[in-house]
Amino acid sequence: MNIHEYQAKELLKRYGVPVPLGKVVSTPQEARGAAVELGGRCVVKAQIHAGGRGKAGGVKLARDPADAEKKAAEILGKNLVTHQTGPEGRQVRKVLIEQGLNIDRELYLGMVLDRAQSRIAVICSAEGGVEIEEVAAKNPEKILKELIDPAVGLLPFQCRKLAFALGMPAESVGKLTAMMQALYRAFDECDCSLAEINPLVLTKEGQVIALDAKMNFDSNAFFRQKEILALRDLHEEDPREIEASKYDLSYISLDGNIACMVNGAGLAMATMDIIKLCGGEPANFLDVGGGANQEKVAQAFKILLADARVRGVLINIFGGIMRCDVLAQGVVDAARELKVNVPLVVRMQGTNVDIGKKILADSGLPIISAETMAEAAEKIVGAIKSKM
Amino acid sequence: MAVLVNQETRVLTQGITGATGQFHTRACKEYGTQMVAGVTPGKGGSSFDAIPIFDTVGRAVAETGANATVIYVPPPFAADAIMEAADAGLPLIICITEGIPVRDMVRVKEYLAAKSSRLLGPNCPGVITPGECKIGIMPGHIHRPGSIGVVSRSGTLTYEAVDQLTRLGLGQSSCVGIGGDPVHGLEFVDVLELFNRDAATEAVVMIGEIGGSAEEEAAAWIKANMKKPVVGFIAGQTAPPGKRMGHAGAIISGGKGTAREKIEAMKQAGIRTATSPALIGRTLQEALGKS
Repeated sequence: MNIHEYQAKELLKRYGVPVPLGKVVSTPQEARGAAVELGGRCVVKAQIHAGGRGKAGGVKLARDPADAEKKAAEILGKNLVTHQTGPEGRQVRKVLIEQGLNIDRELYLGMVLDRAQSRIAVICSAEGGVEIEEVAAKNPEKILKELIDPAVGLLPFQCRKLAFALGMPAESVGKLTAMMQALYRAFDECDCSLAEINPLVLTKEGQVIALDAKMNFDSNAFFRQKEILALRDLHEEDPREIEASKYDLSYISLDGNIACMVNGAGLAMATMDIIKLCGGEPANFLDVGGGANQEKVAQAFKILLADARVRGVLINIFGGIMRCDVLAQGVVDAARELKVNVPLVVRMQGTNVDIGKKILADSGLPIISAETMAEAAEKIVGAIKSKM
Repeated sequence: MAVLVNQETRVLTQGITGATGQFHTRACKEYGTQMVAGVTPGKGGSSFDAIPIFDTVGRAVAETGANATVIYVPPPFAADAIMEAADAGLPLIICITEGIPVRDMVRVKEYLAAKSSRLLGPNCPGVITPGECKIGIMPGHIHRPGSIGVVSRSGTLTYEAVDQLTRLGLGQSSCVGIGGDPVHGLEFVDVLELFNRDAATEAVVMIGEIGGSAEEEAAAWIKANMKKPVVGFIAGQTAPPGKRMGHAGAIISGGKGTAREKIEAMKQAGIRTATSPALIGRTLQEALGKS
């Protein structure tokens, strides 16, 4: 789960990470008021869950409160299209009004899991304000990294090592060390999966400040992170993904027109892949889980069919625990209730598969049965093509 | 011969009184696995299907001689359960639980570094040596004893591959699920090493997916060390970047961990890769020259 920049800054501030003075607002009038409080000159920043806001016109300098009001009016309500939002963009509902800083240098500071080492890594670069992936591709030698031992946490000497390697002036090394340690405390205590301060700025006055902040969280830890979960902004998520999450279904919207329903993540990905191999385009990823019951199947069906682009549905279930007769009944009931009018191909394997097939065949519904994954994919792609 | 488990394996279930623990303990026992003990704190002294239940793992091991444990404990308590099993000296710990926070698993890995236990999972189907021992949630009936080793990050996709093998008359030595989480126990390389040494294994099927770089590391290891044919498949060729595809570890982040990179690494290492998930069994058959 992602949160907004202003939320990340509020959270980090509590852990002792220095952030600029600022206020989040949702109207141009409020923006003017916030600018007055900040002494006039300020920055107006669009709050959406995507990077690349600056280039897209979502971050603007304002010279006085009247200008802040004008700039906020330009940004608020706008559909901001950045390289991370997709062509449809994201609507700006809030802007962050922040003090301007006298920037001397811009750096990068991030924390993320190093999967190969099973430890959290601190990553730094002297190239602030640039995406770290870009630095990694062009100048990998400019990326500095330290692994954190979970038993002792991020140690001061590790921070100093990074700070000196970044070329920080001696009088600011202590400040950067404190910021890194504060960021790690926040990362650890809040179950972050990513924390990024990009850019981290060194001001002409020698202060280190988080000019931007991005935080992602491990959804598996929400059982103990109620406060973080409350920061979720549903406007930023796909409505079908939200609906699916209510029923504990793992759903991801894609660009194609063949909806699929599968049990298990690996098989679900493989089903998408085989649809593509057969010349079709998957409309989604949907894992109904190992122990999916009739109700879950029905809910999953509803979510799939709510997508207006869908021209066909492929169900691929390899049951271990799941009984095929129960599944088939769920499919038949849901197809009747929802009056499915697109081709539906069902491939199932597992316990009671013959009874399941009989239920499908006797239903009187135009359900196409398939023995194997390949046959299922070919049949659904073929059924759609013949309808076009 | 096989890897990790055989008919001698004596299995303990942690979380035996929960619905999942009960269901699978029973299914494994019916398959013929020696299910010797269960642990649920506070339920010590009772039993489930004539399997004695203990309050602590240490006690269960001391009383029953269990040498492997399978964990169905819910996510908030699963990390603790793994560490309790390691502390009790169990050589093999299989964690089925899905949804353990990364922070907990980072600490578990640190704790295990000083112990002798091997961890399989979490978020995995378990391990089976067909005809001898099944530990976990996989459907036993699709497997046949044989000489093909299977190692995978996935659950149901592994069943699909095993089913293809069985239908082609290719039985399995052992099938090992290493799990779909970003921080987990045994890696592809560890299991490949076991299969390489196992006299009963003739060839290996390796099923990977997007996210991380374990497949690339395995490919490099195979090129340098593997004496047996390996066939690979990578799921998620159509997965969009930045989205978590069901498994916590299945995500392309910062442009890294794509299926294309992994398939390329496998090809470079001389590993035959199945172009379609429907051709995993067939590709292995070709690798063996039996087609």
